[in-house]
Amino acid sequence: MIELKNVSKSFTLHNQGSAVIPVMENASLSVKSGECAGLIGASGAGKSTLMRVIYGNYLAASGSVVVGGVDVAKAEPREVLALRRETLGYVSQFLRVVPRVPTLDVVAEPLLAVGTPADQARDKAASLLAQLNIPERLWSLSPTTFSGGEQQRVNIARGFAYEYPALLLDEPTASLDAQNRATVLALIEGAKARGAAIIGIFHDEAARQQVCDRFVDVSGFAPKAAA
Amino acid sequence: MKPLLQVKDVAKMYGARIGCTGVSFDLYPGEVMGIVGESGSGKSTLLNSLAGHLVPDRGEVIFDTRADGPVDTVTMSEPARRMLGRTDWAFVHQHARDGLRMSVSAGGNIGERLMAVGNRHYGAIRDHAADWLGRVEISESRIDDRPSAFSGGMQQRLQIARNLVTGPRLVFMDEPTGGLDVSVQALLLDLLRGLVREMGLSAIIVTHDLAVVRLLAGRLMVMKDGHVVETGLTDQVLDDPQHAYTQLLVSSVLQV
Repeated sequence: MIELKNVSKSFTLHNQGSAVIPVMENASLSVKSGECAGLIGASGAGKSTLMRVIYGNYLAASGSVVVGGVDVAKAEPREVLALRRETLGYVSQFLRVVPRVPTLDVVAEPLLAVGTPADQARDKAASLLAQLNIPERLWSLSPTTFSGGEQQRVNIARGFAYEYPALLLDEPTASLDAQNRATVLALIEGAKARGAAIIGIFHDEAARQQVCDRFVDVSGFAPKAAA
Repeated sequence: MKPLLQVKDVAKMYGARIGCTGVSFDLYPGEVMGIVGESGSGKSTLLNSLAGHLVPDRGEVIFDTRADGPVDTVTMSEPARRMLGRTDWAFVHQHARDGLRMSVSAGGNIGERLMAVGNRHYGAIRDHAADWLGRVEISESRIDDRPSAFSGGMQQRLQIARNLVTGPRLVFMDEPTGGLDVSVQALLLDLLRGLVREMGLSAIIVTHDLAVVRLLAGRLMVMKDGHVVETGLTDQVLDDPQHAYTQLLVSSVLQV
């Protein structure tokens, strides 16, 4: 489902003396449907960078990043957008929304984007928000004023509203209490059971052991010169 | 899928000065493209050249018309281009006053575009206008008020209703949220996103506000001194800019 071959990535800082910072070299990785791979490595080793390369936020310098048959590194913007709408979901550490849009609509949006009728989309959003213990009185408010943990749970609800065949999870269980953490892990296991390919970053050792089938150490992708 | 709009090597000069030059891209149905750049970078010149408000000195702007398929709008007859401007194209100006008739009622402003495409039944036009006022969240009781009695945000929403009532397929927007209160801006952004999704619109949005582009546009074009310096997926251009100018632009945004 997700297949990376010889991916490398460097940043060129044109406004700081054109410094070139190589961050990744020869990264290869393959994740099948129904499998969850955990990315490990110290902070700054390039876990989130790798995720952004897969999601298409970062442009791979070379190599191929094939998700569901589309090479993200070379595809046209509209192909990447279609992929993100129909195939590839991403739960980041930050919630980015249009201000003043109610939480329920924020969560329902991925479903509306694939043409789910509005009432069905809202029902699904409501059930996810309830599962993640977001009080119903908050659903009509914008999540921009929520606490960090609440925003994160809204972000997770949004990421699981539509059943993406491939999912990227950037620390989905960080800053959650035990009960919510268990709910999120159950959602991840549910997604695996229905055949989603998942790449996750988990700092929480127990969570990692529970859902990941195997681990990929990204420090192996560090450029040789820097090592 | 066929592109809705094909732009080939468009250039517009102001005497010896470059307005914009060497611009080429394809826009597909349902795509929203943002154009960013500093003042004087040529983004409005480009938009006006594409929309037929300025005549480009070079290049083709090929639109996939419903009746005749792809036609170069630069060389098409003036009446045909005007017809396009009333039906499949829409233009949302930065200042609502430029896009509205200030001495005609709100309902009349919306109805005028309907009449231009052949609607004649007064009751039906009024109902249609009332429906669109509702969609842009203006109370139906204001239908007979003139836009001069509206706030800036309401005028902008009225301009959008007037433009979208005929179900255009391509919308040009010049700083649609510029000059609006941030609270009104958020409302307008959400409205535009919903309309784009429901109607399957294609749009080209010129703005200097990177946050607006991130929320509205799937792809992005960065201009400097009349040239396109970078294009790509909006997230990618903003998160991992490749060109020196784009890096400067992105790193210059003030954090709130």
